[in-house]
Amino acid sequence: MPVITYRKALNDALAEELARDENVVIIGEEVAQYNGAYKVTEELWKRFGDKRVVDAPISEAGFIGLGIGASMLGLRPVVELMFWSFAFVAYDQIVNNAGCIRYMSGGLVNLPLVIRGPANGGTTHSHTPESSLANHPGVRVVCPATAYDAKGLMKTAIRDNDPVFVMENTLLYGETWEVPEEEYLIPLGVADVKREGRDLSLIAHGRAVMTSLKAAKILAAEHGIKAEVVDLRSIRPLDEEAILQSVRKTHRAVLVDENKPFCAVSAQIAAMIQEKAFDDLDAPVQRVCALDAPAIYSPPLEKQQLPTAERVVEKVLSIA
Amino acid sequence: MGGFLHLYVGQEAVAVGTISLCDEDDQIIGGYRTHGHALAVGLTMNACMAELFGKATGCSKGKGGSMHFFAPDKNFWGGHGVVAGQTPLGLGLAFALKYKGVKGCCLCFLGDGAVNQGAYHESLNLASLWNLPVIYIVENNRYSMGTSLQRSSVYRKCLAARAEGYDIEWDRFNGEDIYEVRARTWKAIQRARHEPRPSVLEIATYRYYGHSVSDANAKKYRSPEEIERHRKLHDPIQLWQKRLLEEGILTADQAAEMDEGAAAEAAEAVRFAEESPLPQKADLFSDVYYEVDRQTRAGRTGRYFFND
Repeated sequence: MPVITYRKALNDALAEELARDENVVIIGEEVAQYNGAYKVTEELWKRFGDKRVVDAPISEAGFIGLGIGASMLGLRPVVELMFWSFAFVAYDQIVNNAGCIRYMSGGLVNLPLVIRGPANGGTTHSHTPESSLANHPGVRVVCPATAYDAKGLMKTAIRDNDPVFVMENTLLYGETWEVPEEEYLIPLGVADVKREGRDLSLIAHGRAVMTSLKAAKILAAEHGIKAEVVDLRSIRPLDEEAILQSVRKTHRAVLVDENKPFCAVSAQIAAMIQEKAFDDLDAPVQRVCALDAPAIYSPPLEKQQLPTAERVVEKVLSIA
Repeated sequence: MGGFLHLYVGQEAVAVGTISLCDEDDQIIGGYRTHGHALAVGLTMNACMAELFGKATGCSKGKGGSMHFFAPDKNFWGGHGVVAGQTPLGLGLAFALKYKGVKGCCLCFLGDGAVNQGAYHESLNLASLWNLPVIYIVENNRYSMGTSLQRSSVYRKCLAARAEGYDIEWDRFNGEDIYEVRARTWKAIQRARHEPRPSVLEIATYRYYGHSVSDANAKKYRSPEEIERHRKLHDPIQLWQKRLLEEGILTADQAAEMDEGAAAEAAEAVRFAEESPLPQKADLFSDVYYEVDRQTRAGRTGRYFFND
């Protein structure tokens, strides 16, 4: 099986969907002639031309709103945010328009739209808005952790008939995984057990899945603890069954989450576990989140601010 | 009736004059003062009134309310509550028309209070940059809520003239004369359909009632005399009626008959709305997700709603 980067997997997904459906149009800053700020759209402009791959000025509220409006007439815009942190200048468009129009039109208007981009980085560029965006019924939010998932989820997102927000990660763009050549789709709302285990469940999404896998290795090698790693893949819809199934098997859960702790995705999962699997738990549900301050610049500290395998191991040892 | 209510009374010639020029390929979108536009595109009074009453028979099934009337089958894309939030959406409708090679245009309505929002300026830049067939129609009724034009906006000639900065053609005219509205708007429609290029039109108009129910008496920031003067001298319906009577196209009897007909239709709409059923509690969760509504495989995969 070919081994490709997360970036290339996304690029392949976009190219395949552009070729498959002429209503798919890519819009964003530097997506065309510059080949994408993170090269996710590399070569697409050359291959598909000005009409299908459109360079937008720095004007997120304008071009995201444009994407929403165009989707009302049946286009399938895939709008790139250079960073998801820039969503905040377009928040009215994303929350009030993409999130509410279908509902407040009584279901008369559909919005087959994707907004995608990385959700990590430096201080003003490093927000992880999946928790706040998933708070809005009407939208879907997915956070792929591997190249395989990135491709399959992106293709499904583009074909979906509701707004889907795909949150990528710049630190994963250059990582490689096996990705089959033949076409496949990954449904939204299906988690994936990335590592089987029986002693404890590490539940994560996005890059925190990789951190959890590292921690699971250390736990097995140094502490004889077999941790299961559950990758949510999709935040809304959420695969609750997969989470509960794992917790019922292992009786312990540590939630690993690059969100800040307050109202994080893991807060929702923790509430759900205590509500639905309380009797199965042998220990309190614990969380390892980003340290609760704005993202710091200083590189050594930045690394510590996000969940690390060491912090995960430490948290696991406190309950296992 | 609850929630918000922004009445259009006094501005009728704008919606009717402009929308009456549209054909099947043209698209219409507006802000929260859009009852007139909804009726002008052909929504029934019943569907509108029932929406105001929050009934299941409303044009948005009672889910949108006064600010969110929709009728995509009539190319009417709402009804949007956040000031200027609809301006990038109108841009998107125009983008889709051009993308599909359709020779239509989008009429995007906004008020004079919307012209200072960033989304509007971003839209103007993109409209001009990408040659999109969108016409921004600024219905200048002189008050953004309770703040007069003079207290909210700086400009040289008029609000529409700001379009010069974006190299967009603009025009400003009086909205009390429906013929004037049609003639001047037609030029912008032709420009959009055939070049295609955007336009900004500023149409002077006046609302008789308050901004919303919050200032229904409307007497705090303008005088009763001002309102009365507009009603007497500048009412677009009265002016048109007078002209039709003078030209012998309409008789006084016919005019009275039309008035009575409209009043009866409105009374019937109120009865219809009152007697219509409310949405059910289960309806809270329909029309949120396309796939869930259809219970497709995707719609049955994963948890979508997080109720206790």
